[in-house]
Amino acid sequence: MSLLELQSVVGGYGDTQILHDVSLRVDAGEVVVIIGPNGAGKSTAMKAVFGLLQLTEGRILLDGEDITNVTPQQVVRKGVCYVPQTSNIFPSLTVHENLEMGAFVREDDFTQRLDEIYALFPPLADKRKQTAGTLSGGQRQMVAMGKALMLDPKILLLDEPTAGLSPKFRGEIFSIVKRINAAGTPILMVEQNAKQALGIANRGYVLVDGRNKFVGTGQELLHNREVAEMFLGGGEQLDASAAADE
Amino acid sequence: MSEFINFYFIPGVVLGSIYALGAIGITLTFGILRFANFAHGESMTLGVYFAWSMVQFSGLHPLVVMPAAMLATVIVVLGIDRVFYKPLREASVVMLVIASFGLMLMVRSVIQFTWGVQLKTVLPGIQMPYVIGDILRIAPKHVMIVAGALLLMYAVHYLLTYTKIGKAMRAMSDSAELARLTGIDTEKVVMATWIIGAALACAAGVFLAIDTQVETRMGFKLLLPMFAAAILGGVGRPYGALAGGLIIGLAEELSSYPWVGNEPLLNPGYKAGVAFAIMVGMLIWRPSGLFRGKVF
Repeated sequence: MSLLELQSVVGGYGDTQILHDVSLRVDAGEVVVIIGPNGAGKSTAMKAVFGLLQLTEGRILLDGEDITNVTPQQVVRKGVCYVPQTSNIFPSLTVHENLEMGAFVREDDFTQRLDEIYALFPPLADKRKQTAGTLSGGQRQMVAMGKALMLDPKILLLDEPTAGLSPKFRGEIFSIVKRINAAGTPILMVEQNAKQALGIANRGYVLVDGRNKFVGTGQELLHNREVAEMFLGGGEQLDASAAADE
Repeated sequence: MSEFINFYFIPGVVLGSIYALGAIGITLTFGILRFANFAHGESMTLGVYFAWSMVQFSGLHPLVVMPAAMLATVIVVLGIDRVFYKPLREASVVMLVIASFGLMLMVRSVIQFTWGVQLKTVLPGIQMPYVIGDILRIAPKHVMIVAGALLLMYAVHYLLTYTKIGKAMRAMSDSAELARLTGIDTEKVVMATWIIGAALACAAGVFLAIDTQVETRMGFKLLLPMFAAAILGGVGRPYGALAGGLIIGLAEELSSYPWVGNEPLLNPGYKAGVAFAIMVGMLIWRPSGLFRGKVF
């Protein structure tokens, strides 16, 4: 049984249908990447998991339990944490308060988890009293991820975590994603930087026009000529191992 | 100098404290529920009448009955939220504003119907001011008001800085959407917002009643300066509302000081215009306010 599974999901916002038929799954311990052109419904597919759009067909299963059209607050309590692409931190709260808010649904003592998060994101440890809105883009992204990890989620959803970041920070975020995953958290990620993302992915999905176009392991997709032509820059032969190390 | 302090500066601080307490509620509702609550002034008036009745009934000092009046106001406001605002939680801002406007008229009419429209007092009699060093004369009631306001402001500060629900309020004021995605219980936050807003409105009203009189339009008259204070401080910024309230209160009182020559700089009749002018000026030149609040 997969940890998270989208089964032939159809839906959108109001009358606008965005997802026509999307199926994907994330198994325990995996990093799964969704890539695709703008407007393909990548972020929307992720939002569907979080109960943020109306599904007309299909099902979403978490650990075998049907969570289709469950409210975001309940999805969080079930152990799914989501980092939106934009406005993913509380800018007027301090770094520390942001992390505390991430643990809002926890009633127990989470100081140990806080220490783990600071250990995972060392730059944040020195800035815990600083207002999150004053941080750099990369550090904000760390706050957003740290906040989502406070619940020690069953699965972490990341919507374009490297959007708008310089190449240096991009690499750092990807290595953090790898570290989070290595610590045991499965990750479902939407990415524009397809090459780097597929380099760290166990499996990738290419969405086009709200439908599954290609599915495969990260390496398979990196070496797929059609995928390469569409997303990886001009169909040149790619050195996948270099991409993975970036 | 002593005239300036006794007749302009101290009343300015007193009025500013009252505005500040009222403006916190306005700015919190603005930030968290995303609408301008026109009925906020009526929460204030209602609180004052609760306090007045309690004083009549018990013969106690208004400050002694104030906590009970605050509680009564909170209960009514939570009831209003349940009946009028909760069904509109997903509605557009305009609908909420109009609903609050309608509530303002309804609540005021109920107050007028229940208690009548004649002037009342909560603290009868004339008090001798404290005289300090021959020049400073402070009325005991002014000391009580400022001390009470400071105490409540500290309580709000404590709540927003150190409690889980207070931090969640600031978080939701930053981004309601992200608050939901984070799993924050937004209904609980909304409730806390109403409780704090109503309690502080009642306190501000009682302080104003102690300083002046009780009448059914007192909350409405404070609506403009309270909005001005909230906007000056930055919408959604409670500390901004505190600063904004004090500035507006001081500006209103100091505007009629004879800064040039012997005549008041501004006829005291135009005092209310000062708050309005500041509000308009801020909206034109710095709509985010002093503390970088939200811009709608």
